[in-house]
Amino acid sequence: MDRVLKVRNLSKRYNKGCPACYRKTGADFDSNICPDCGSVVAAHDVSFDLYAGEILGIMGESGSGKSTAVKCLYFDQEPTGGSATFYDQGEAYELFELNKAEQRRLVNQRFGMVYQNPHQGLNFEISAGGNIAERLLMSDVDNYDRIRQRAVSLLTRTEVLPERMDEMPKNFSGGMQQRVQIAKALATSPPLLFLDEVTTGLDLSVQAAILDLILEIQQQSHTAMIVVTHDLGVIRLLADRTLVMKYGRVIETGLTDQILEDPQHAYTQRLVASAL
Amino acid sequence: MTKQAILRVEGYCKQFVLHEQRKVIPSSHDVDLEVFSGSLTALVGPTGAGKSSLLKGIYRTYLPSAGRLIYTTADGRQIDLARADEHRILQLRRNEIAFVTQFLRFLPRQVTEDVVAQPLVQRGRPLEEARALARDMLAAMNMPRRLWGISPATFSGGEKQRVNLARGLVAKPRLLLLDEPTASLDLKTSDLVVGLIEKLKQEGVAMLAIFHQPELVKRVADRVVELKPPIMTDSPLEEIA
Repeated sequence: MDRVLKVRNLSKRYNKGCPACYRKTGADFDSNICPDCGSVVAAHDVSFDLYAGEILGIMGESGSGKSTAVKCLYFDQEPTGGSATFYDQGEAYELFELNKAEQRRLVNQRFGMVYQNPHQGLNFEISAGGNIAERLLMSDVDNYDRIRQRAVSLLTRTEVLPERMDEMPKNFSGGMQQRVQIAKALATSPPLLFLDEVTTGLDLSVQAAILDLILEIQQQSHTAMIVVTHDLGVIRLLADRTLVMKYGRVIETGLTDQILEDPQHAYTQRLVASAL
Repeated sequence: MTKQAILRVEGYCKQFVLHEQRKVIPSSHDVDLEVFSGSLTALVGPTGAGKSSLLKGIYRTYLPSAGRLIYTTADGRQIDLARADEHRILQLRRNEIAFVTQFLRFLPRQVTEDVVAQPLVQRGRPLEEARALARDMLAAMNMPRRLWGISPATFSGGEKQRVNLARGLVAKPRLLLLDEPTASLDLKTSDLVVGLIEKLKQEGVAMLAIFHQPELVKRVADRVVELKPPIMTDSPLEEIA
């Protein structure tokens, strides 16, 4: 089994902080705000491993730090502490020690990100096909015909009619925008894909189709994925293993069926009981 | 020559700590047993003795509270399933250990033959090949052909159970856990399942099973292990501090 990502003690704190920040926040204190200095501890001491082909779920309510953790890994935010190692094509990259150019290369070519809000992941000023072309151009494909071919095949795979590839994303429905976002993320066949609340706010039938698509991608391409969600249904359907976060801490981790059938932490028990 | 057990359970206990209700619910209690290749060990005992809890502990759907679950892998290594790394467990589920539960869980919108083919696909078999094997298995389970191409969502209890069994058996696991796999099957289909179990034994599959019907235990079990309910005080629920 090949490890794709190793995250150790990842922390993200807003504001200067004080020595008490980590000691006086977290699930045991029902708060992520330090009582002494008022700093927000968005995530602290997050550790996990991710293997090729695996889907890891990160579950928690809003404010639990689940998105923060992923944003640090995708360089959308700068972590306060911890390390993350990305293993790719025989190399090991210490993510938080890379310079901006190296970070950009990974984001453009080796990582894929699908945001809850398509406005974050897509450029709304250019066409659906243009969005995919943009990403391909930033990697190493620069032949016009090949880019267009690849865009057609990606959109076909994510079930967006290729005839619509020259239309602007704003003309698309929410579900369709998500599909274009997924197509764009997959353009460079990245070994690691981040999915941040990708089905939240969509109609149920559209959610189902997007989830089917994600599973299909995982089975066909063996892409490792981190799925951030507050939805137990999404976790049940997609994730092999699950991390449960609360007030910036991982309070429980386990095989997904174990988390759902034999949750250990009081909070997870409450969460599972309220969903079933 | 004494055969080595593929699974050795030593002092397995499972209890549930319910924080909200401030209760501890005891389940499986101090279980010792062995499971051998090509042989079926049946678990018997009253409701609440923790039979299913043991199977779920072995599959790690439950986290064991105490004891060791020593499993010998295909490459001859011994690992304690109670403590093994989650990635290791996932790998064993994919390649060696299968669990047929009382209820069929399947991906919504997936058609029956794909539900059955899933374990093979996960092992890396090409989809068409996996589907062909799945169809053979469904035929062996006497599943009407017209049902193969639709989702099991609308199936009867007995039909779902047959799909569940077909999926559990299709990839020929080394260790097969069966939790009342014949509870809602008619006699004829139960006979079919008995035949399949005999065939699996000949192929060297080790089985640990709970059966609803005592006569089935007589027919297929090579060993019988009786689980006793956990020792109760006044109430089955103990207060925790």
